[in-house]
Amino acid sequence: MQTAEDRLKALFVKGLAGDAAAYRTFLDQLTRHLRGYLRRRIPTLRDDVEDLVQEILLAVHNARHTYRDSEPLTAWVHAIARYKLTDFFRGRARREALHDPLEDHDDLFAAPDDEPADARRDIGKLLEHLPDKQRLPILHVKLEGLSVAETAQLTGLSESAVKVGVHRGLKALALRIRGLA
Amino acid sequence: MKTDDLIDMLSTGAGAVDRHAGARRFGAALPLAALGSLVLMAAVFGVRPDLAAVAQTLLFWAKLGFALLIALGALVAVSRLARPGARIGAGGWLLALPVVLVWVGGGALVAAAAPDDRVALLFGHTWRSCPFNILLLSVPGFFAVFRAVRGLAPTRLRAAGAAAGLLASAIATLAYSLHCPEMSPAFWGIWYLLGMLLVTALGALLGPRLLRW
Repeated sequence: MQTAEDRLKALFVKGLAGDAAAYRTFLDQLTRHLRGYLRRRIPTLRDDVEDLVQEILLAVHNARHTYRDSEPLTAWVHAIARYKLTDFFRGRARREALHDPLEDHDDLFAAPDDEPADARRDIGKLLEHLPDKQRLPILHVKLEGLSVAETAQLTGLSESAVKVGVHRGLKALALRIRGLA
Repeated sequence: MKTDDLIDMLSTGAGAVDRHAGARRFGAALPLAALGSLVLMAAVFGVRPDLAAVAQTLLFWAKLGFALLIALGALVAVSRLARPGARIGAGGWLLALPVVLVWVGGGALVAAAAPDDRVALLFGHTWRSCPFNILLLSVPGFFAVFRAVRGLAPTRLRAAGAAAGLLASAIATLAYSLHCPEMSPAFWGIWYLLGMLLVTALGALLGPRLLRW
């Protein structure tokens, strides 16, 4: 039987090569693993789980160009999840939460959790606060599914400006979530 | 926004990813850092007038080799620490090697020297300014390297910042070697290293603030 590591890694690597459907399946499965992982990690903060799931998904997306095939995907994803979780704890400044051991990443891909809760923070609303040259590319390319060329024509931006706008916009979104921008 | 919608958003139009982003970023940052340090060195301190003559000596190349090996080790370390989950790895050994070599060589020279000459070997003429000169020459590289690291995804910000600072300062030390008249390995092992550690500490201090994402 294929392990979660092998399965997810195959999907992720296909996604990096440009296979959007494989990438979608990867994010879908990762979401379930993250949910399970976080519900076990912060059982007393269940309301924050879905927000953190979304934040980690966005972070994984923004960092995906840094993955190297030679590394285990689990370790790479775990480092990102842990980084965002630490940031979250810092934000809450919860002493007891900081004592929660974050070291073992074996259980990240262990038991998935399928049941989504509601996110408290609305990423869609945060998106509206981005400057136009980032917001419009994300709106057209990522939400309406237009091509880069169509978006360029529609917005009067160059094609490379559309690509850069999407990329920077999603990074700016991650900073906004943490209240850093 | 529901998580499903976020997944839709992230995967829609997600094209192929540049798998060499790290190499490209450092490939752009390093020449910039080197050029910045060189120009600053030439403008502020000036190239040593006897460079052509001293370039004939092995000692001069040993000095460049010392800084170059540290730069290499720092590059390995920072390019690893700029990615989630990667450890410093072989970068640590590469960093330890030139330091040990210079300490052993410098220590042997000091031990063999007459007691009256030892102070000169250790302190030279410029020990007061040397670390701060290296700090100054590190400024352009500091920004260039931090910019490269920011474009990747460091998760250990203090360590990544320290490695970035060390890389910038090792490049600065290379440039400074073209000005600095000190030719005692014991001097390099103390004052050059101190200058580099100063910038490394600065990188560790600023890393968590400048590299967050």
